[in-house]
Amino acid sequence: MADDVLFEFLHMEMVSHIYKDQASRGEMEKDRATCVSTLEGMGFRVGQGLIERFTKDSPSFKDDLDVMKFICKDFWINVFRKQIDNLRTNHQGTYVLQDNKFALLTQFSNGKQYLEEAPKYLAYSCGLVRGALSNLGMDCVVTAEVSLMPSCESLLSSSSSSFIIYHHTTPNITDTTEMF
Amino acid sequence: MVELLQETTTKGHQYEEETCLGQETQAMDIRLNSELFTLTYGALVTQLCKDYENDEEVNKQLDKMGYNIGVRLIEDFLARSSIGRCQDFRETADVISKVAFKMYLGITPSVTNWSPAGDELSLILESNPLVDFVELPDNHSSLVYSNLLCGVLRGALEMVQMAVDVKFAQDTLRGDNVTEIRMKFIKRIEENLPAGDE
Repeated sequence: MADDVLFEFLHMEMVSHIYKDQASRGEMEKDRATCVSTLEGMGFRVGQGLIERFTKDSPSFKDDLDVMKFICKDFWINVFRKQIDNLRTNHQGTYVLQDNKFALLTQFSNGKQYLEEAPKYLAYSCGLVRGALSNLGMDCVVTAEVSLMPSCESLLSSSSSSFIIYHHTTPNITDTTEMF
Repeated sequence: MVELLQETTTKGHQYEEETCLGQETQAMDIRLNSELFTLTYGALVTQLCKDYENDEEVNKQLDKMGYNIGVRLIEDFLARSSIGRCQDFRETADVISKVAFKMYLGITPSVTNWSPAGDELSLILESNPLVDFVELPDNHSSLVYSNLLCGVLRGALEMVQMAVDVKFAQDTLRGDNVTEIRMKFIKRIEENLPAGDE
């Protein structure tokens, strides 16, 4: 049974390693985009696996909103030990998940100083969410925004982390095992 | 594809509030959280195998990363366990196996195979949470999958003034019955220069 803090330490070190590695290989053109993709890709694979384990005994979901609520509550609690604080949608495939105290950003100092560094630490989580949704039958693009630590920017003026999910197509909810 | 944005992209969209999330926290199975760590570690090792050609290099990287984690983990450990200073290496080994491993990985390895001089020991892990769901493919036979642990132990002990050499003697992933970590005390570190990240 791994303690929560182990994951946080591992995640920090992962981000640091990926960026150091990129710098040492001297491929300046690739820079941040590749690192972000790498982290996101790792998160994707883990998210797929996690959601499989997590939902194997649950009934299937009624619709997309149901899936999103599951992500906001059960999935988020399981992974980040708290719920999403706010879920908004335009009912046309875009969802905004707001986390006022994102678990992986709480170690940063409040304020604007390290705002630029924040996306590095969100890439893996975006991948997690995207992987989870992909195995639940929703093909999405997941992005994240930060305005103020430890939360991301949101629509309203309150400071929070927003995970914005653009759901492109109508999902074909197939048996998740067929995904592999 | 992922784009991480600094500016808000949600200007101009109308969003409705879905307020039915509620405040109740369901009793979640905490055990599944450990799978997050295990799966993340697996993804990390996979990525390292992709980035580096040979297993030796991956082992080295895992050790380095473990070291960087260890130098920070020790503070978390000391803060949470309020263990005082250990008198000797035996006591250190006991604390590592009974307190630290239990606290972080939920297992209690047994401390055995002491060398006659009392400076080398084995930690026998009946089960290794890192290797749940893992199988080593044939072309990675010299990969020490859990090498992060060695780095963590080394880094953590260095922060309490002990230089140790840690390596895996047996590994269930490579066909042995148990996982055995061999730890050798090298010397006491004098407090002069602070150690940095590698």
